[in-house]
Amino acid sequence: MSFKVPNNLHYTVSHEWVERRDEVIRVGITDFAQDELGDIVFVELPEQGAAFKEGEEIGVIESIKAVSDIYAPVSGEIVTVNETVLNEPEYINDEPYQRGWMIEMVADDDLEHLLTPTEYRG
Amino acid sequence: MSSHKPPLYQVHQTSGADFTNFGGWEMPVKFDSIRTEHSAVRDSVGIFDVSHMSEVTVSGPDATELMNRLTTNDIRELNPGDAHYSCILNDDGVILDDTVVYQYPDRDGYVFVPNAGHGEKMVNRWSKFAWKHGLTVSVENKTSETGLVAVQGPDAEAKVDSVTADPVINVSVFSCFRNEIAGVECLVARTGYTGEDGFEIFFPANDSAGVWNAFEDIQPCGLGARDTLRLEAGLLLSGQDFDPEDEPRTPLEAGLSFVVDFSKPDFVGQRALQDLKEGGVDEQMVGLKIKDRAIARHGYSIVDDGIEIGRVTSGTLSPTFDVPLALGYIQPEYAERGLEVAVEIRDRTVDATIVNQRFLTSLNAN
Repeated sequence: MSFKVPNNLHYTVSHEWVERRDEVIRVGITDFAQDELGDIVFVELPEQGAAFKEGEEIGVIESIKAVSDIYAPVSGEIVTVNETVLNEPEYINDEPYQRGWMIEMVADDDLEHLLTPTEYRG
Repeated sequence: MSSHKPPLYQVHQTSGADFTNFGGWEMPVKFDSIRTEHSAVRDSVGIFDVSHMSEVTVSGPDATELMNRLTTNDIRELNPGDAHYSCILNDDGVILDDTVVYQYPDRDGYVFVPNAGHGEKMVNRWSKFAWKHGLTVSVENKTSETGLVAVQGPDAEAKVDSVTADPVINVSVFSCFRNEIAGVECLVARTGYTGEDGFEIFFPANDSAGVWNAFEDIQPCGLGARDTLRLEAGLLLSGQDFDPEDEPRTPLEAGLSFVVDFSKPDFVGQRALQDLKEGGVDEQMVGLKIKDRAIARHGYSIVDDGIEIGRVTSGTLSPTFDVPLALGYIQPEYAERGLEVAVEIRDRTVDATIVNQRFLTSLNAN
């Protein structure tokens, strides 16, 4: 099965994607990650205003099959939490790069050290 | 661990199934989504490839005695074409495996179905016991040459009936008979592991594709949905809800007293179970209805006022009821329906209620 890896995003080895959107970055999990997890039933996300260092756990995704942590792709502060996926976590399965996004952060770092689409596909 | 591929592996791969290793077999875990497959079985019908399950045949003049010595239910109550659920114990009364035993409808002897990867162990156990006690039997592991599919759901009867040479309408639950599907002679049994009506169909492994394809218009289901379905029905999973090494449990702890017949002649584990019956068990299985949006998974602590009173063995979000449900063992004084307890789920404590573990029945009644 081939998974969608959009060319306009950055990626982590722990299967988060990062999109630069003006002053903030938007974060979700990749198509591959959602498929591995299977039917996602709950998601726990951080409070707005919480600050994290790169690699720290910022949330939990629970599928029928397994539970998985979500990690901060870079250091920064949470500015928006996607309330939609808290109430309808199935969007993470159905639209991981669209309505299934999870948080927006003001990043302390640039994104250049993250994986490129080609590196993530590899 | 080396991995067996079921005869239908290529067929499943072409269908786009995701696979998982289960009991040494590379089996489809899902074809679509667990929710979709689960709902198909609850609302209509679904088909599972369960060729990973073991098949052991027992025949010969002492077959009935041997089966009765090594399983807990009374084999003498079976007539040709009957089946029953039973346990296989060690001398301490610990469950080594659970199984369904079928008495052949048309010839002497039995076939029983141990869990995946257990066939050879059971053949050895049966053969050794027969040799030690001078019983004349033939015991064979037929797993690799047998295909098995399960067609389950309220529409299973109609679907199976539409592809069999002889009608299956009005066939009793827990009975089996010969029938033909797509030109293949099958043993068709009205048994299953989902809490729904349904059939399990045995056939030569080489004919697997023909039988599977006869059900082409039915939702294929993987082990993921099989697990959520069986948990809702309160049915135990070997290796998780009991395991001779990691989760050693007797039938009395596991809520399986109904398959232990103390009145029949001596069987392995009987004495230990008799002592346990008189002395009482330290823990017993209960159902848990979790009150928050979190899944209580295997190994999580069940607590009362911060004190551990038991542990979860299986948990999931119930697709049917949309609430998290779990099975676990707790101290008997807490095994009271309606009692409020809690489960430690990662870094938080979540309230839960003790309920009848047959969730499908008990939650539907509320």
